[in-house]
Amino acid sequence: MQPIISVANLSKTYASGFRALKNINLDVQPGEIFALLGPNGAGKTTLIGIICGILNASEGSVTVGGRDIVRDYRATRSMIGLVPQELFTEMFETVWATVTFSRGLFGKAANLAHTEKVLRELSLWDKKDNQIRTLSGGMKRRVLIAKALAHEPQILFLDEPTAGVDVELRKDMWEVVRQLRASGVTIILTTHYIDEAEDMADRIGVINKGEIILIENKAELMRKLGQKQMTLNLQNKLDVVPKELSAYQLSLGAGGSDLIFTYDTQVDHTSIPALLADLGRAGINFRDLQTTQRSLEDIFVGLVSQKK
Amino acid sequence: MNLRGIAAIYIFEMARTGRTLMQSIVAPVLSTSLYFVVFGAAIGSRITEIEGVSYGAFIVPGLIMLTVLTQSVMNASFGIYFPRFTGTIFEILSAPISFLEIVLGYVGAAATKSIVLGLIILATSFLFVPLHIAHPVWMLVFLVLTSAAFSLLGFIIGVWADGFERLQIIPLLVITPLTFLGGTFYSTSVLSPFWQKVTLFNPLVYLISGFRWSFFEIADVHVGISLGMTIFFLVICLAVVWWIFKTGYRLKN
Ligand SMILES: Nc1ncnc2c1ncn2[C@@H]1O[C@H](COP(=O)(O)OP(=O)(O)O)[C@@H](O)[C@H]1O
Ligand SMILES: [Mg+2]
Repeated sequence: MQPIISVANLSKTYASGFRALKNINLDVQPGEIFALLGPNGAGKTTLIGIICGILNASEGSVTVGGRDIVRDYRATRSMIGLVPQELFTEMFETVWATVTFSRGLFGKAANLAHTEKVLRELSLWDKKDNQIRTLSGGMKRRVLIAKALAHEPQILFLDEPTAGVDVELRKDMWEVVRQLRASGVTIILTTHYIDEAEDMADRIGVINKGEIILIENKAELMRKLGQKQMTLNLQNKLDVVPKELSAYQLSLGAGGSDLIFTYDTQVDHTSIPALLADLGRAGINFRDLQTTQRSLEDIFVGLVSQKK
Repeated sequence: MNLRGIAAIYIFEMARTGRTLMQSIVAPVLSTSLYFVVFGAAIGSRITEIEGVSYGAFIVPGLIMLTVLTQSVMNASFGIYFPRFTGTIFEILSAPISFLEIVLGYVGAAATKSIVLGLIILATSFLFVPLHIAHPVWMLVFLVLTSAAFSLLGFIIGVWADGFERLQIIPLLVITPLTFLGGTFYSTSVLSPFWQKVTLFNPLVYLISGFRWSFFEIADVHVGISLGMTIFFLVICLAVVWWIFKTGYRLKN
């Protein structure tokens, strides 16, 4: 499938001389939710800014829907909606006026039904005649989402959408994202909350210090880098890990009543049956077992510190 | 051409004026009326006529220009500076709209405001002095061109400024003095030949002179030169604006 966004050899040097992006290559597939994960200052907002036309690139090129974002900016920008990281809103405009403005700015004829639908989905309908400055921060964020959706974009960028956002808005927002995705909209979100990427994304790109460290299918990423732990609740407490089991990466937990086995799903597929057999031979019985997967957070911290 | 985009910006800017009707319309009209009272009455009682035109009438074109020039610069510079200041400019920059269209929206709105304001002041001046406009069409041409040129200048200042003081500096320290020195309240022919030469370096002399010619057919410089200079100024401003968008100066870096 042709990627809907294709970034090739992209670099950005700010006027200050700071090199915020270094030779970025990235493809986003139509209809997917792509999470760009990275610590503060990694270059996420800069990358989005370039794709959306807010910043000029220093080197490299970007295509959106197969078209160059500089030469064919009208076509590419029409496809994109952007919810910025900061609460950049008007003050004295009403919610309705600002959302209508956004639609007009993107060259679309007024469509009251669509605007109403967007406002209702974001629980903004009864605030539509309020001046934006009278709204809370969470409500302002909703307004920004409504503005980004006003022209029915095929691609939606959400730059740190849940930073400092209350639970209810988070829930509403993910609901909107799910609906958009179901209707075929491609979504790119940046975050440094790993659980968000873990919950929502199909694919994850990790960026650090202006470089893409890795791009991977989420499930694949979890599988590849995910270490698993298996915890056995023992029938009888152990004081030490028996010598005959020293070939396994084992430790004791819960005062000796848990035996914890850490293994890498990628490397060995046979260690669990072997361990269980060895446990039986050593006469160690267990009542129950659980397995837990290493979270993206652990993976992420691992990756970023490796790079340093 | 993204006509809806232009309209969106234009309507947005006009709505902003609507909310600040006091500052945008009432205040300039009031201050111009004061000029009439003070200058017309105080000076007019001494200088009764300039080149066959009563002094009160003579200063009308200059007063209109004074307001149009300052308001054009102030409105247009504020119009583009404010989104930069609040960050809402991101939306304009990310929209499928060309630089020319953005400029048309902002500068069109600022110019419209100035033209309306100029006409209101003109209407007001009929209350104070008897007036006859010799060339109403040329009067409108000068009014429109000047409003457009100085709104463009304001746009440039709004992009360049990195603080509210800088927004104020040009209108206060450059435009207003040059208008006063450019023959708002007198014909430059009353000056000594040396100072007459010096005034020719003041671009506003040409605008005011041309505008005054459309009223009374009297001018400090030939009206053709006035028109040429006005268009020249417009073109320079357009070129600078084009360069701003071409390079992304202060907007995209
Ligand atoms: N206008 C600017 N001038 C100079 N440096 C900047 C500018 N904007 C951002 N940066 C720097 O570029 C880097 C990347 O910033 P950003 O893209 O905002 O990161 P992120 O969104 O991942 O937190 C940061 O180190 C930031 O300080
Ligand atoms: Mg950011």
